[in-house]
Formats: sequence, C-alpha cells, structure tokens
Amino acid sequence: MFRLEPRASAPLLWQVATPILAVLATMIVGGGLFAAMGFDPLAAIRTIFWDPLFGPASGYSRPQLLVKAGPLILIACGLALGFRAGIWNIGAEGQYVIGAICGAAVALAAYPLDAFWIFPAMILAGAAGGWAWGMIPALLRNWFGASEILVSLMLVYVAQRIAAWMAFGPMKNPEGFNFPGSRNLQHYDAASNPELIANSGLHWGGVAAVLALAATWFLMSRHVLGFHIRTAGGAPRAARFAGVRPERLVALCLGVSGALAGLAGLFEVAGPAGQITESFGSGYGFTAIIVAFLGRLHPLGILLAGLLMALTYIGGELAQMMLNLPAATVQVFQGMLLFFLLGFDLLTRYRIRRRA
Amino acid sequence: MTVSNVFRAEGLGKTYPGVRANDDISFAVEGGEIHALLGENGAGKSTLVKTIYGLVRPDEGRMALLGAPYAPQDPRAARAAGVAMVFQHFSLFDALTVAENIALGMENPPPRAELSRRIAELSRDYGLPLNPARRIASLSAGERQRVEILRCLLQNPRLLIMDEPTSVLTPQEADILFATLRQLAGAGTAILYISHKLEEIRSHCDRATILRQGKLVDTVDPRAHSARELAAMMVGAEMRLVDRSGRKPGAPVLEVRGLSTPTGEGMALKDIALILRAGEILGIGGVAGNGQEELLAALSGETPTAPGTIALEGRDLSRAGPETRRRAGLLAAPEDRLGHAAVPEFSLAENTLLTAGSRQGLIRRGLIDRKAATGFAQKVIRAFDVRTPGPDTAAGALSGGNLQKFVIGREVLGRPLVLVVNQPTWGVDAGAAAAIRQALLDLAAQGAGLVVISQDLDELLELSDRFCALNQGRLSAPRPTEGLTVEEIGLMLGGAHGMEVAHVPA
Amino acid sequence: MIDPLSVFILLLGAATPILFAALGELVVERAGVLNLGVEGMMITGALAGFAAAHASGSPALGFIAAAAAGAALSMAFAILTQFLLSNQVATGLALTLFGLGLTAMFGKPYEGMKAPAMMPGPLGLNWMIWLGIALVPLLWWFLARTRPGLILRAVGENHDAAHGLGYPVRRVRILAIGFGGALAGMGGAYISIATVLQWTEGMTAGAGWIALAIVVFAQWNPWGVLAGAWLFGGVTVLQLRLQAAGVAVPVQLLSMAPYLATIFVLVLISARQKFGRSGGAAAPASLGRPFHALK
Repeated sequence: MFRLEPRASAPLLWQVATPILAVLATMIVGGGLFAAMGFDPLAAIRTIFWDPLFGPASGYSRPQLLVKAGPLILIACGLALGFRAGIWNIGAEGQYVIGAICGAAVALAAYPLDAFWIFPAMILAGAAGGWAWGMIPALLRNWFGASEILVSLMLVYVAQRIAAWMAFGPMKNPEGFNFPGSRNLQHYDAASNPELIANSGLHWGGVAAVLALAATWFLMSRHVLGFHIRTAGGAPRAARFAGVRPERLVALCLGVSGALAGLAGLFEVAGPAGQITESFGSGYGFTAIIVAFLGRLHPLGILLAGLLMALTYIGGELAQMMLNLPAATVQVFQGMLLFFLLGFDLLTRYRIRRRA
Repeated sequence: MTVSNVFRAEGLGKTYPGVRANDDISFAVEGGEIHALLGENGAGKSTLVKTIYGLVRPDEGRMALLGAPYAPQDPRAARAAGVAMVFQHFSLFDALTVAENIALGMENPPPRAELSRRIAELSRDYGLPLNPARRIASLSAGERQRVEILRCLLQNPRLLIMDEPTSVLTPQEADILFATLRQLAGAGTAILYISHKLEEIRSHCDRATILRQGKLVDTVDPRAHSARELAAMMVGAEMRLVDRSGRKPGAPVLEVRGLSTPTGEGMALKDIALILRAGEILGIGGVAGNGQEELLAALSGETPTAPGTIALEGRDLSRAGPETRRRAGLLAAPEDRLGHAAVPEFSLAENTLLTAGSRQGLIRRGLIDRKAATGFAQKVIRAFDVRTPGPDTAAGALSGGNLQKFVIGREVLGRPLVLVVNQPTWGVDAGAAAAIRQALLDLAAQGAGLVVISQDLDELLELSDRFCALNQGRLSAPRPTEGLTVEEIGLMLGGAHGMEVAHVPA
Repeated sequence: MIDPLSVFILLLGAATPILFAALGELVVERAGVLNLGVEGMMITGALAGFAAAHASGSPALGFIAAAAAGAALSMAFAILTQFLLSNQVATGLALTLFGLGLTAMFGKPYEGMKAPAMMPGPLGLNWMIWLGIALVPLLWWFLARTRPGLILRAVGENHDAAHGLGYPVRRVRILAIGFGGALAGMGGAYISIATVLQWTEGMTAGAGWIALAIVVFAQWNPWGVLAGAWLFGGVTVLQLRLQAAGVAVPVQLLSMAPYLATIFVLVLISARQKFGRSGGAAAPASLGRPFHALK
C-alpha cells in the first residue's frame, strides 16, 4: 500500500495544481450527479461554466460576474487574514448583514436629503457595524477563551433575526403598502451604489474588492504584521516568542474581516439588493469561506476563486432557467469543490511513496 | 550457573529514505544481565529497539527470543512474547488514572478492583509506591516513570527495554532505579538499557553494545574501558576539547529579584533571584520539568512578571515584551527548535525575522527587507557551519544539529548583552554540540553574560563559572563550579522524592 | 396558566434533537476528533428520516434511515481527516455546507408532505425521548467503565502514546465518527418527524452548532450534555410561550433567545476554565490534531 511522507515545505507547483484538480474533479463528479438525476451532464456543465461567459445570453450574464464576485472577494480577503493565523471567523455572513443594516440605517435616517456626505457616511457605518459584530467573538475569545467559531456562528443567526425584525418593524418602508422591507435605496440617488461603468457590473463594491486584494497582498508579503499572522498560524509558540501578542492579533483579524464583510453588505444593500428584507443575506459570507480556501488564502488565488464562484452562481441560475436544474445545485457544487480541495491538499503537505 | 540468551539479533538492517538506520546489527542479551545500548543521537539505537518492540519491521535479519524465532507484528505481539519497553518520552495519558494507564498497557487486564490491589502491592514491594487512583497529570516525572515500569513488571517480561530512563531523574533517584533493575536481573530478567551516559553505564551495566551511524562497533565490558575510550568508540574520533580559558567577570548586567509566576499549567516559579555579570556564564542545572521552560519564558518576555523583578543594566524590563527586551540586548534561545525557536515551514531567511528583525535592521518601519534577511541568514550559515543547501531551505528540512547551530547562531550574532539558552545541545550530534559550546564560550569572552539552562551536567560543569540548580521552581544559591562534586550537585537538584530502596526478599 | 408538566414535556421534545447530536459529538471529541459537520449530518438525517418515514409509514424506519444517512455522510469526513489528513475545521465546515446544499436539492419534492405521527409512550413521551435519556448513563458507563471506552479515551488523550501501545487509532476514530454521524442523523430526523412533522430546507436552523457548544458546556461529560440539552430546550420552549402569549417583544427578537443563550453558556464555561483552578476536566488533549503514524 502507500505511505505518506511529510514534506518540509509545500511546493509551489502543488499549491497551484490542487485547486485546478479540485475544479476538474468537481466537474466530473458533478456531471455524474446530473446524469444520475436524469439531466444531460455535458449540457449542464456547459450551461454552468461556459454559457455565462460566451453563450448566447452572455451579454447579460457577464456583468453579473463582477456583481457576484465583488462581495465574495472582499469578504474572502478579510477571512484569509484570520484563517492564516488560525483564527476562524465563520460568522462573516452575520457581519455582512449587520454592516448592511447599519449602512441602510444611515441612508434611511438621512432620507430624503441629497448631500455628498451621505454615501461616504454609509460606507463608514457599514464598515463600523461589521467591525463591531466581528469584535464580539474577538473580545469573548480574548477575555474568556470562548471559541470564536461558535460565537461568530451564533451571531449569524442573531443577525438574521435582527434583519427580519428591521424589515418588519423599525425599517419598514412607510410607503411600501405594508409589505415588509425597507425603502429601496436604488431609488435614492445620494445613497445608491450604481454601476460605475455601464454593463460592466462594476460598482463601488468591486472597486473596494480590488483595493482589498492589493492591501492584503501588501500586508502579507511586505509587512511585519503579515509575517506575524503567518507565524501565528504555523507555530503559535514561535509567534509568542517573536513578540506577537495573541490578543491583539485576534482583535485585528476578526475586526478587519468583520469590517470588510460589513462593507460588502453595505455595497450590496445600496446596490444590487436595494433594500433590507427579512431574508437579507444570500450566503456570501459562507461562500466566501470556500473562496478563501480555494484561493489558498492568497490574494491572487482569491481573485481567481472569487470569479470562479461567481461563475457557478450565475451558471446555476442559468441552468435553473434553461434546464430546470434544482436551485440548490450550486450549493452542492460549492460544497463538493471544498471537499475535493481539502482532499487534494494532501499532495501539498505529503509525498506519496509506495511501501517498501 | 548456566546463563542463556534471552534475546539474540542477527544481521538486522533497516533503511529509511536517505539513511541506513541499522546496518547488519548482531548481538545478544543474556538472562540476568543489564546490557547497555550505547551510541550518539542518530546512531540507530532508537530504530533498533523499535524493531525489537515491534513498532518497526526490519528489512533484513532475524531475531530470536528464548531460542525461538521472534518477529513481532506490533507491540502487542511483542508484549505477548514477553518483551516490555519503558519509553524515554512516557507514553502515558495525563487525564487518566494510574490504574487506567496500566490497564491500557496490558493485554488482558484483570478487573478494576483486583488491578488496583495488585498495583498497590507490587509497587510497594519494589520500593516504588503508587496510588492507583491518582491521575497522571498530578505525578512528578520520577513517579510517572514508576508507572511505566510497573506497567511492564505486571506482565512478567523476559526482556525489559529501558530508553534513556535517567534523563528525568536526579542522581539519587537514578541509584534507586538501578537497585530495582538489579533486583529484576537477579530474578533472571534480561535488561536492555539505552543511554549515552558513560559513567552510569560503567557503574551499573554488565555489557555494552556500541552503535555508530547505524553500524555495530563492538560489544564490550564497560568496566574494562575508561569513559574516554567508550566515548571514542561512540564518536569514532577524539573529541575536541573545549577551550575554557580564564574569563574575568565584569559589572552586573542582569539582575533578577523575587521572580515568581502563578501556578497554572507547568511549574510555578518561586522567588527566583540571580545576578549575572558581564563575561560570566551561569549554569542552571535541573531535571526536566522543574521550571526550566518557565524560567526562559519569564526572561525572554513571553511571560510577563511583576514590576521590579527583571533588570538589564539597571533598566526594569519586567513588563516588557520580547521585542523590547531584544532591542535592549536581552536575547533568548528556547529548548524546542521546531515550533518555538523556529517555524518548521519557513525558510531560514524567514526565520531570521522571528528574532533578529530589529537588531539586524531586517524590519524597518514595519516593512520587511527580504534581501537583508537572506543576507543575514547567509551570515549565520557561514559563521556557524550550518550544513544546508541555502538560506531558502525550510527549517524543518535541516537536521537537529544544524538547525540548533542556526538558532543559536542567530542570537549569538545579535551581539547580546545577555543571552539565555535552554538545552543548547539537546539531541545534537557531538560535532555540532562542541561547536555550539565553543560559540557560547567565545560570546562570554567578548563580554556578554550567559545563562545556560541544561540537563546535561557534564556540559554545565564544562561551560559555567557558577552553578545553581532549579528544583520545583526554586533556584538554589549559585556556587562556583570549581571543585563541585556530583554528590553536591545531586543534593542541590533535590535528592530523591520519597523513594526507598527495594526490599523484595532475594 | 402555564402547566409545569406540559412545559417539561415540551422541553424534553425540544431538547431531544440536541441531546442526540451532542452525545454523538461527545464520543467523537473524546476520541480526539473535532467534527464541525454536525449541522450537515443533522439536516441529512432530517431529510433521509422524513423521506423513509413518509414512504414506509413508520417513524422507526425513518430514524434508522436517518442514522444510516448521517453515518454515511460522516464517512466523507472520516476519509478526508483520517486518511487524507485534511484540516478538521475546514472539512467539518465543508461537510455542513455540502449537507445543507444536498438536502436542499433532494428535498424539494418532499416539501408540503406530512410525516407519520409518533405514538406517545410512557408518561406521554415518545420512545425517542426515552432513548435519548437512556443513552446518557449508557454512554457514561461505556466511557468510564469499559475497555473499549478506555481505549477511546486514551486515543483522544494522547494518540501517539496509544499508537505506541499498539492501539488502532485510526480505526477507533473512524468508528467514533460514524457513531457521531448516526446519532446526529437521528437528532435531525426528530425535528422533521416528531417536532415539525414536515420537511423544509435548512430546518435544523443551527441545532448542530448549538450541539457543539453543548459539548463544550458539558466539559465532555454525558451528564453535562443532558443538562445542557435541557437548558436549551427550556430556553426554546420559554421563547415560544412568550411569543404565543403575545408579549410586547417582536417575534424575531424572541427567537434569538436560544442562540444568545448558547453564547452566554459558552462564555460562562470558558471563563470558569480560564479563571478557575485548573483541576477540572478540560478538552481531550489530542482534540483536533491530525494523527500521522510514521512507520
């Protein structure tokens, strides 16, 4: 049989190859799943991966790529910082929702004023809201040693209920015919987050995502904080020895990822979503976890993985419309992708040898 | 009295990728003898005993136990055949009780109540009293070893293998252990005793098999050779003498007063005080688990202490973190090379950033200068003869000795005012160990003050000007090394913890 | 007026899914494995159990199917973490995401259908509730007094030492993971078969995560899990009662109660750990660390 021999360091070749292998494996197994369900596997795979980019209706679906990829990348950058340090922010979805609520609150409070400072104030509020929601698990971990995984996750459920409450209560649109949901911010110019370049899908969220990628790259490769983060993830005792204060790192990672997630939420509520509804939050916070892993916690990888995930979202919607594929297919795909990635990851950490 | 071979090995060989761990080893252990297995780290002792105990399958060769062919598939088969082993790093379960631990080491343990009774009885008879209901976490190192030994004894082994048993014992505790082993040998058990402590082997063992680089050197009577001769057989060359020419200590450079740490995990330090002068080496001896790591962590800044407890050249650093202390000139090298002193996945260049960032200008205004880091790593590699393909090699790929040279060299080249090291040559081959010791002496000669914490008494006697002992978190008063005897050191280290000599009727 | 007995019965019903899932995870964690995929295994069990119960008309068959489905899904986790040595946190998350997606996809046809009712047993409590309560002393006895239980605890405490003594670490862990999956599946099925009597996607609503928190709260002791499950059941019933009573607090805020309670409980137990004397039981020492035997 086979024997596993630990490698001293992960070779670059395998680090790049494993995500690609994972994607291919997902396509193959996913195709098999479709066939078992009675769909034409090749048609399904083509509809999901090829058509959104180059198919007949791609003029409409291509811009959606940036719309979906923007928040994923923005959130994943923040998550990657923490994951590298062994700090697991699983509650990005909650921070996303709270950021949206805070930003929307500023807009709704200012309505119907038309001033230049409203949108920047919303951005600040969104980031601050997400930051604060991320600081709760940070403080509870620092003060009491409570698991940030469980606390941040519980807060997702709390955040979703706050959003529902807002939609039915304090934020309900007085001119909304008593339907739950806030005023639609897309119709409120000073507060809206429109497309910056026609038909590109690029809104301020996309710009923020690019900035986040650049900042993450700089931090991780050139700044001592990035070094501390990597050390804390690889060898916590060595980090302590180097002078890293674990509490500060926890607060930094959870706070920054919370702020970025909150920003993503703000850009979404002021842009494509438009309003706070009772089911606000489309799972970006969880998909971003997959993006972070698929991108190997590296800015370049996150960019590519974010675009790929966005593709699966859009392709999934297309397949739903055109081939009657069930809506949850995309989620299954994404879960499978993560599974395969984790499995193939073995190859970066171990060499496989035949037993003597 | 006829003496028979309990165990015989013929032509045992084992190859791992890149290294021939065992090469054509043949030797025999007789009933009633204490047979030493002698060799440097990396000589192949560990692989050999793992083969005997069934943890490793040999590539070539045969073994025989009591005349019958012996090829255990796993440790359970070995135990069933009558071979028992006490590991160096105890394979005990902290959260479980003594009785549970012993039950796990047995094939068919008796019901709980009877097992507890037998444990209490047997441990008393052998002078190693144990309470079966106590949890391992609450036992001292010597007591834990008792549990290991008892676990073996309850199975009436024909061959008992002991792996570096005295590395965690005081000299007095070690004497009691040997008395117990003598008792066992007297009853006909064969004992295979792994060690690198030459004096111990010469005093207590009947025969010694010496391994070097995977090959058998010879099987000899240790009493017929001097320690120096045995060492030469182990190393294969004359050991380089360490140059300890006269140093004159200068002004006090490090003052520690009333240093205490709270009880938590690990040993609490109690009211530690010492004064270190420039150019002086203070040796701190002690059996593992008496606060060595905690002391280094308190001095390096990983554990904060009360104000006024640590002063460097008069400046109070008690509340300062590791980076502030480094900038002030207080450097440290902890015991664990992998995971504490260095990150295994990082390259040597990146590992320099761990401690040398500020003093060597590798990190300026928060930004990392990769070229400077690589350059400094190369400097360390050259100055300390670190065998490695280059500064971009991962730390985890280096051998123990080379990584230790790098880790110590990284601090030595930082030109510290004070350097604190914990176990500087643990698990390191003789050549690298000598180089490290010489580097430490040279550093002191240049005027730095050194605190060397070590379990190796020979090393401490060689290096230090003054010697004190760390026992149960307390530091004894330092005494000049000149003229100190092993007995006095043993007493400083705390004597035997409540053990008595076995009184099993002969 | 609120009748304490009927409240207690409701509490038991609300506690049972968490009890099953937490007891299963307790065994897994005592063996040294952290399986964050409990939510995924519960939802899988909820769907499989519902589908089987609906098709056969027998809730018992539903629970058996749920156990099998939960165990099967957990094997994906077992292969990844025990053979391919993947990161346990990420793999558990993947399991949850995958389970949620898979059940959303395959559960569509079952929406709107009704489950066969469970017959009430002694004291008006159905047999699953009794089974759950009976499991507590059984698991305690297994872990504390039997040899297989001792071996499992040893593997969780120090897997290197256990391996050195010749115990099959991987096999023990895989069995434990399967057991945890089966129990989580049954817990999830209780929600769809006994509590709600219907299938909706995502219906476990975080119960798996709460079960994980309960294991921490219980300090890895089965009796503590019982206490925690009852506490959670109590909070759930209380907030439902308050909702029904038309209390002047918005429904959404009341329904936050179980999650806030979980956070509170986590903080409480972690603080006691941190500030109290370290003499009490802590997590199994090998928890979460991958085991790689070098032979």
